[in-house]
Amino acid sequence: MPFLKSMVGRKIVMAVSGLMMALFVVAHLLGNTSIFAGPNGINAYAAKLHELAPVVWAYRLVMIILFALHVYYGIQLTLENQKAKPQVYAVKSSLSATFAGKSMIWTGSIIGFFLIYHLLQFTIQVTNPEISAGRNLDAVGRPDVFHMVVLSFQKSFIAFIYVGAMIALALHLTHGIQSFFQTLGLNNDRTFPVITKSGTLAAVIIFLGYIAIPLIIFIGILKG
Amino acid sequence: MNLTLYVWRQKGPDEPGRLEQYEAKDISPEMSFLEMLDVVNEDLIKGGKEPIAFDHDCREGICGMCSQVINGIPHGPQEKTTVCQLHMRHFKEGDILYIEPWRARAFPVIKDLIVDRSALERIIRSGGYISVHTGGVPDANAILIPKADAETAMDASECIGCGACIAACPNGSAMLFTAAKVAHLAMLPQGRVEAAQRVCVMTEAMLKEGFGNCGNHYECQAACPKGIKVQFIAKLNREFMKAQTKDTGRRLVSEPFSG
Amino acid sequence: MLDGKCPSGPLAEKWDKRCREMKLVNPANKRKYTIIVVGTGLAGASTAATLGELGYNVEAFCYQDSPRRGHSIAAQGGINAAKNYPGDGDSISRLFYDTIKGGDFRAREANVYRLAMVSNTIIDQCVAQGVPFARDYAGYLENRSFGGAQVSRTFYARGQTGQQLLLGAYAALSRQVKAGTVRLHPRTEMLDLVVVDGEAKGITVRDLVTGAMSSYAGDAVCLCTGGYANVFYLSTNAMGSNVTATYRAYKKGAFFANPCYTQIHPTCIPVSGDHQSKLTLMSESLRNDGRVWVPKEKGNRRAPHEIPESERDYFLERKYPSYGNLAPRDIASRAAKEVCDEGRGVGPGGRGVYLDFAEAIGRLGEEKIRERYGNLFDMYEKITAENAYKEPMRIYPAPHYTMGGLWVDYDLQSTIPGLFVLGEANFSDHGANRLGASALMQGLADGYFIIPYTIANYLARTQPGKVSRDHAEFRKSREEVDALTKKLLSLKGNRTVNEFHRELGKIMWEYVGMARSEEGLKEALKLIPELRAEFWENVKVPGNGAELNQQLEKACRVADFLEFGELMARDALHRNESCGGHFRVEYQMPDGEARRDDENFCYVAAWEFRGVDKEPELHKEPLVFENVPLAVRSYK
Repeated sequence: MPFLKSMVGRKIVMAVSGLMMALFVVAHLLGNTSIFAGPNGINAYAAKLHELAPVVWAYRLVMIILFALHVYYGIQLTLENQKAKPQVYAVKSSLSATFAGKSMIWTGSIIGFFLIYHLLQFTIQVTNPEISAGRNLDAVGRPDVFHMVVLSFQKSFIAFIYVGAMIALALHLTHGIQSFFQTLGLNNDRTFPVITKSGTLAAVIIFLGYIAIPLIIFIGILKG
Repeated sequence: MNLTLYVWRQKGPDEPGRLEQYEAKDISPEMSFLEMLDVVNEDLIKGGKEPIAFDHDCREGICGMCSQVINGIPHGPQEKTTVCQLHMRHFKEGDILYIEPWRARAFPVIKDLIVDRSALERIIRSGGYISVHTGGVPDANAILIPKADAETAMDASECIGCGACIAACPNGSAMLFTAAKVAHLAMLPQGRVEAAQRVCVMTEAMLKEGFGNCGNHYECQAACPKGIKVQFIAKLNREFMKAQTKDTGRRLVSEPFSG
Repeated sequence: MLDGKCPSGPLAEKWDKRCREMKLVNPANKRKYTIIVVGTGLAGASTAATLGELGYNVEAFCYQDSPRRGHSIAAQGGINAAKNYPGDGDSISRLFYDTIKGGDFRAREANVYRLAMVSNTIIDQCVAQGVPFARDYAGYLENRSFGGAQVSRTFYARGQTGQQLLLGAYAALSRQVKAGTVRLHPRTEMLDLVVVDGEAKGITVRDLVTGAMSSYAGDAVCLCTGGYANVFYLSTNAMGSNVTATYRAYKKGAFFANPCYTQIHPTCIPVSGDHQSKLTLMSESLRNDGRVWVPKEKGNRRAPHEIPESERDYFLERKYPSYGNLAPRDIASRAAKEVCDEGRGVGPGGRGVYLDFAEAIGRLGEEKIRERYGNLFDMYEKITAENAYKEPMRIYPAPHYTMGGLWVDYDLQSTIPGLFVLGEANFSDHGANRLGASALMQGLADGYFIIPYTIANYLARTQPGKVSRDHAEFRKSREEVDALTKKLLSLKGNRTVNEFHRELGKIMWEYVGMARSEEGLKEALKLIPELRAEFWENVKVPGNGAELNQQLEKACRVADFLEFGELMARDALHRNESCGGHFRVEYQMPDGEARRDDENFCYVAAWEFRGVDKEPELHKEPLVFENVPLAVRSYK
């Protein structure tokens, strides 16, 4: 049976693509922290990325492929799973399955839709054209990403969407990270509980890192 | 003690089923769960009604025949215990119990609480064996096996094939059952020879039987009456990846000597 | 006079000689023969797998939903073999001698020697199949000593040896099913043997899911259907274990040998009340480290830890100093019954003795004991809610294994040509008492290493596919079985099948149990037919025959137990001696030990069916001991 049709093969694709995207999430977070250095930090970072356009585009292409694989197989496996369990119990009690684990398809969908919104807002910059970085340059003539971010997160609607999406991401990672190690068989009796806990911890750290930016801006600690 | 039961009744595979209410009266805490059902059944028979059909045989927790979901938990609330070994002292006066059959697409209901688990047999049949003929084998001590490996193989081999893992899995996946067999044989030098083919054909068989995919929820481990660990699923996954590096085109050979 | 057809010549060469003399079936012809195998425990699964490997067409049947659920799976302790790996003086001839002596000199020498001979090959075979036997740190196989043996010859896989061996045999069987040589028929119960022109040519079965009655024709039939301990209602057997297959074969002309030889296992969890549906065995291996005792004084109701050492009676150690707590099963069981009869029993109802691990825990530590018996202690706690690390277990004997079974010759062939009987279903190897860890050995020996040779010898003389299921005998058989189930369903009486079974069990346990008397047996012979007559008037079987009907299944089994119980009592009454699992109170030594009568009873009693309410005819196969002198079986 071909690898991409087999039960385990498809799960390995899910695990590997998921991990790569999780690593991107970490790298992205690290990039975002440049906002704490003020307009100079993040605007310089954004400008640097623009200079490296071919690399960035190659990277984006890879991410698009990973994303597509993850979504495609995620949906396919979920549909198969639902088919395999057509009837539920009158009373159902979970013994070890977590909310995070059972809601993967939903948190995944939320992240997917959020991603589109996020790209429209900050990359293509069509949702709030009045504050788009492309149209508003900073003092040295670079697109003013800093102000775009700050002005966006001062709007409660946008801040709310971001925090909500990050909750979904955290839940997705809580189940996803330990799942990666299990699916690739990178655990044993000793490391199994450690991996599960570390996965959750990593998800929480990523969550806190991400929501720090909208929160700090929303509360008014970081101002334009 | 007295209990109220809601038991799944279904005449046959294609008939609709429903939960029916029964009262279990004067139940002794020393009784096993199945003995409690025996009492209910005797009353039903005497009252001219059809007794509840359920699978059971050894009643000592090893044959794997008994298969009931009690209040949403396969084999009921006590950890690492089959229904037949579950005793009524774990329940109390007035408890309401929902008793249902294993539920999964691959396990069609035959009658009441009895399901058809032959899909598990077909998974084993696909490759859950070492292709050795009777006779002509080396002395039992000719191949040494590290104690730790033998113990791990035994941990996996304790599976009683009851199907609780599938009943518990939100995805109806048979991964723990299959992983236990793959891991048991892969841990032993005798089983290594065919390890690569085995893991491929057995995972393929699972898919064909209509079992779901493993979602790493570990409900299976929590429900397993023998405490088979999900680390064996990780082992199966490793074996699967290892197998990808080999030519697994050849299936396990199982032709008879002659004919 | 029956002849076991054992080969002549020196004991050690008999099997070899037999193999050399036997006819073979040409490899190309094997697939033309169809062999029916009933039961898929150790004997059945190993038979079906091996015959399939050889190229025969095999039809295998079991009443469970999977072959791997045969009750062999519940065997805990281990499997014997004369490997002598520990170098403690074991050998084939010692295993042979121990088994003969353990069986109280009521087994056939040649069979037992062959069993001891092939025992070593079984271990090799199982290891090759992937059975994870216990090993030491150097990777070598470990052994432990087991009830009734002074050497460590028992191979084990935790407390689940039977399970592991059965999974091995089941794997081999599955491989043949995949190869297409074996066709499996799970949830199918044999209800009749079809005999055509005096030879076994098929069976009639009921599909337990659809209720459909059908027949299968074959060139030979192998019954591997286990024992009949459920005649006692409460036993350590599975709920479904039954005598039907062997009993119906008996009714078709196969002789039933030594039905009174039943083994009462000493280490079971005591009965807790009337609701009890079965008894649970605790592996005999517990007696390696546990000490059996009761209070010295009668009617003692103190908790065990409140009873000082000086007021305890370690009765096995006292009576049998050289074997102590490891005395064979029949002896240990009877000793426990004796002390309980004296009023010194413990626990509710006073039917129990202590099995105490305090001394072993003190010597080895709780961890070591947990490692050795953890699963058994857990099981004990699940059932009794008592922690055996803290207070002694309570145990009591329970029916466990039946040495009697269909009579077979050296080739495992019954008195009906073409009908072979293997494992616990036959009578052959354990005499009047079976030693621990020998049942698994016999089941696998018969299936893997004996039947493949001996069945060829029969088949080579027959023409393959001679009889089809269109033959009149098959139709007759189906009609008979159909009439039987219809009758059961039509009675619509007032008592449930279970009530009859429980009542029969009480009669059997009371009068045909651990200690039997002429008076009691005569009482049983009066009560059983009465109960049977009532059954056939007043049993209530709900539902119909054309569906899954567990009550009907059970009714068919109980109907046979109700006839079989009488045969057992009759055999016990005729055997005016005490030997092994058969203890007649009239025949005991002054010290209460069994008194065997070699002068008059050194034979196998094989009974021939003459009609339901008629006395069966007794045939005798004399037992000749050429290699072992008949001796008093002493474990003192």
